[in-house]
Amino acid sequence: MNLTLKIWRQADATSAGAMHTYPLEGVSEDMSFLEMLDLLNEKLVTHGEEPVAFDSDCREGICGMCSLMINGQAHGPEVTTTCQLHMRSFSDGDTITIEPWRADPFPVVKDLIVDRSAFDRIIQNGGYISANTGSAPEANSVPAPRDKAMRAFNVATCIGCGACVAACPNGSASLFLGAKITHLGELPQGQPERYSRVSTMVAQHDHEGFGGCTNIGECAAACPKEIPLDVISQLNKDLRTAIKQGH
Amino acid sequence: MATTELVKGVRATRSTIALKLAMATSGIIFILFVLLHMYGNLKAFSGHDAYNTYAEHLRTLGTPMLPRSGALWVIRVVLILSLVVHVGSAVALWKRASAARSTKYQVKKNVASSLSSRTMRWGGVTLLLFVIWHLLEFTIGKINISGGATNDPYNLLVDSFSGTSWWMGVIYLIAMLCLGFHLHHGTFSACQTLGLTNSAASRARARIAGWVVAIVIAGGFSLVPLFTIFGVITK
Repeated sequence: MNLTLKIWRQADATSAGAMHTYPLEGVSEDMSFLEMLDLLNEKLVTHGEEPVAFDSDCREGICGMCSLMINGQAHGPEVTTTCQLHMRSFSDGDTITIEPWRADPFPVVKDLIVDRSAFDRIIQNGGYISANTGSAPEANSVPAPRDKAMRAFNVATCIGCGACVAACPNGSASLFLGAKITHLGELPQGQPERYSRVSTMVAQHDHEGFGGCTNIGECAAACPKEIPLDVISQLNKDLRTAIKQGH
Repeated sequence: MATTELVKGVRATRSTIALKLAMATSGIIFILFVLLHMYGNLKAFSGHDAYNTYAEHLRTLGTPMLPRSGALWVIRVVLILSLVVHVGSAVALWKRASAARSTKYQVKKNVASSLSSRTMRWGGVTLLLFVIWHLLEFTIGKINISGGATNDPYNLLVDSFSGTSWWMGVIYLIAMLCLGFHLHHGTFSACQTLGLTNSAASRARARIAGWVVAIVIAGGFSLVPLFTIFGVITK
C-alpha cells in the first residue's frame, strides 16, 4: 500500500518544529506501525536525510515506551500500543498525520520523542510502599481480599505510556494517577501511606503542570491497557479522605 | 513549569482536585436551587393568583422569626457564594488546562467524550451571561420588554414571552438547552469528582442521573415560556 505521511519534525527541544509530508510506497499491511516508520527511515537515510526520531522498546505492547498521536488518536485507531498497531488498520492511499504527545509537562526532545520523566517524579513522590527488605515475608501472613486484589492487578497493568495525557483535552494525568492510587490503595501493603501518598502524588502532578480532570473520558478510551474511568473517582475519593485527615 | 524537583510541604487542600471538589459542591447547590426555582415557575399553570401568592409567600417565608424577605436573602447569599466558588474554580482550572497544552494538535479526534462534556466551559459562560440578563429582567431591574407594569410577577412573566415578545421566549428556551447540556455532564462529573463512581455500575447510574437531572430541570423550565408563546398561559 502507498501512504502519505505528515510527520512533526523538530530538531531539538529548543527549535521550532513543523509538519513535513513524506510519500511512502511499498508498505505491507502486515507491518506494524513502527516497522512502517522503520521503512520510512531507511529511505530517508538512503537519501541522506535525517531519520524521524520516535520512541520504542519492547515492541510487544508491554513496556509503554512507544507513543505517537496518529490521526488525532493516541496510539492510533485501535485500543493497543503503537507497536501493536498494524498497517491493516489503514487503507491504501491514506494520509496519516503523526504528532508527538502534546502536553507542556511532556516537552518534545526531538521529532516524535517526548520527555515523560514527569511521570517518574510523580511515582517518586509517593507512588510506592515502604517495606523492609531482606528475607521474603510469609506469603499468607497478609491476606488480601480477592476482589480488591483483582482490582489492584487490573489497574497495575498501567504501563505509564502517557496516552491518557495525550488524549485529554486538559492535558491531565488523572487516569495515570488514579491507576497508581487504586493499585496501591486497594492492597493491605498500601494502607499505611495511603492518604499521604495521594496528596503528595497529586501535588507532584499539579506541580509538573498537568491540567485538572473534567471527567470527559477521552483518557480511558485511549488507554491501551483499558484502565477504566472509575480509578479517577477512587483518586478523588482518596484525596477527599486525605483532606479530612489533614494531609 | 516542569522541573526535576519533588514537591515538599504538600497540602491536599491546594490541589486541582480540591478545586474540583469545590466546583462539584457548589454545582450541587445550584442543582437544588434550580429544582426549587422550576417548581415555583410551574405555578404559572395554576394561574395569576396562585403564581403571585407563591411569589409573595417567598418573601414572607420564615416570618415573623425572620424579617420580610429574610429567607430569600439567606438563599441569595448562599447562591452568590456558590457562584464565586464555582466560577473561580472554573477559571483557575481553565487556565491550567490551557497552560498544560500550549501547542495544539494539528489533528485531534474525540472518541468517548459527549458534546455536553466538551461544551462545559463556553456553555458555562453562556449560562452566566443568561443569569445576568435574567436577574436584570426579573429581579434587580424589573424590565418589562412589552412596556407594561412590572409590579405584578405573573403579568410580567406573560408580557415577557407572549405576543410580540415571543423572541424573548426563544432566548430562554435556548438558555434552557444550554442548562440541560451543562447539567447533563455536570451531574455525572460531580458524582465522579465526589468519588461516588468507583465501579462500572455506579458510573452508569451517574450517567443516567445526568440525563434525568438535565431533562427534568431544563424540560420543566421550558414548559412555561413554551406555553406562554403558544398562548396557553395568558393574562
